[in-house]
Amino acid sequence: MNISQRLKDVAISDSGFLFDPVTGLTFSVNPTGRFILERLRDGLAADGVVDALKDAFDVNDRDDLTRDLKEFVRLLREQGILSRDAEV
Amino acid sequence: MNMSNHDLHIAVTGLNATDNPGPGVSVLRSLRLAPDFTGELLGLTYDTLDPGIYNRELDLAGSFLIPYPSEGADALLARLRYIHERFRIDVLIPTLDSEFPSLMALQGDLERMGIRMFIPDKAQFDLRSKSRLLDLGRKADIDVPKGKIVMEASEIYRIHEEIPYPFMVKGVFYGASVVHTLDEALAAFHHMVASWGVPVIIQKFHAGEEYDVVAVGDGGGGLVGAVPMKKTFITDKGKGWAGVAVRDHELLAVTERFMAATRWRGPCEIEILKTSEPRYYLIEVNPRFPAWTYLSAGAGQNLPWATARLAAGEDVGVLPDYRPGTMFVRISIDQIATMDDFQAIATTGELVRNQEDES
Repeated sequence: MNISQRLKDVAISDSGFLFDPVTGLTFSVNPTGRFILERLRDGLAADGVVDALKDAFDVNDRDDLTRDLKEFVRLLREQGILSRDAEV
Repeated sequence: MNMSNHDLHIAVTGLNATDNPGPGVSVLRSLRLAPDFTGELLGLTYDTLDPGIYNRELDLAGSFLIPYPSEGADALLARLRYIHERFRIDVLIPTLDSEFPSLMALQGDLERMGIRMFIPDKAQFDLRSKSRLLDLGRKADIDVPKGKIVMEASEIYRIHEEIPYPFMVKGVFYGASVVHTLDEALAAFHHMVASWGVPVIIQKFHAGEEYDVVAVGDGGGGLVGAVPMKKTFITDKGKGWAGVAVRDHELLAVTERFMAATRWRGPCEIEILKTSEPRYYLIEVNPRFPAWTYLSAGAGQNLPWATARLAAGEDVGVLPDYRPGTMFVRISIDQIATMDDFQAIATTGELVRNQEDES
């Protein structure tokens, strides 16, 4: 299952509360995390998510954004929302 | 649909509802939730203080003490005949493992009386026993942790050569411990033997998350319905005090393979361990509804009502889908009971309510 499809199964509320129906786990994410999840659900790859972050949050350092995105994806893997071999 | 079937008189066992509850109250609440059920509910139980007897929300037409399974099938048959003559029982839903040997033996007698059950036969019941889980896994093409049946303590000393530490030590009916050393293994073995007798099951330990599925099989290899659940709060007795309905297609696939291989007839609870890989290991199959069955009804798939209709000979068709994310959170409450009610069940073994009682 690709990342976009897997994340479409995850319920995300307006307040950033997540319910993963596959594992039964729940999480809270901040507005940036929710923004990233929504872009990944739209099917964007890492470069596309970084571009979207850059535009939305007025940040110019792509390296910082890429590093933060990788860390967020690592957390998604750690919590079982993404599979261990999932790459963005 | 035959509407007369919905005027059923349904008797349910297992009204204990402590911190290690029986499933009866949960099953009865599910039946009460079915909008098209217009019949009567009866409670069958063993102890005068079983909480379900005193639960007015269940609106039981009557509660009756029944003999403990150790008193044998004849005593149970005589008691059921008496209750049937008083109230008419159309469908009986047993909810405790220990009731099955007698009720499977009595099924023909009960059917001739007009009391129908939707339960597995003895071969199906035996195949899912802990001591035959590996056979079941092979037959159903389901992963089962490597295991060994042990009859004597002397076998424990070298078992780590086949199943390395840590491993699980399980009682034949109940109880499980993870052990890391020979001393722990011997202590757990003797504890299980003292509690449940032999054999004891040694099982390879797999780290992972446990999921439980409440399901009903149609007796022909098909799955009537199933709701998988993840426990989100566990008591010190290891019982789920809160949980959430999940949708993991592989859990349902394992359940379907179990139904197809065993041609299971009736309700069951399937316990599955999911590892991080992920792999799905069948841990245990309980031959009846679990205590958290009400979640299935709350999530939109009323499995107790489907079971009652199947027992009555109705074709229930395809059940509606359930809603993942539906949660249950158990509660302990103090019910107020009257001395009259207690006196009735304690002295006559039955508490019959009628319209005049409902004031």
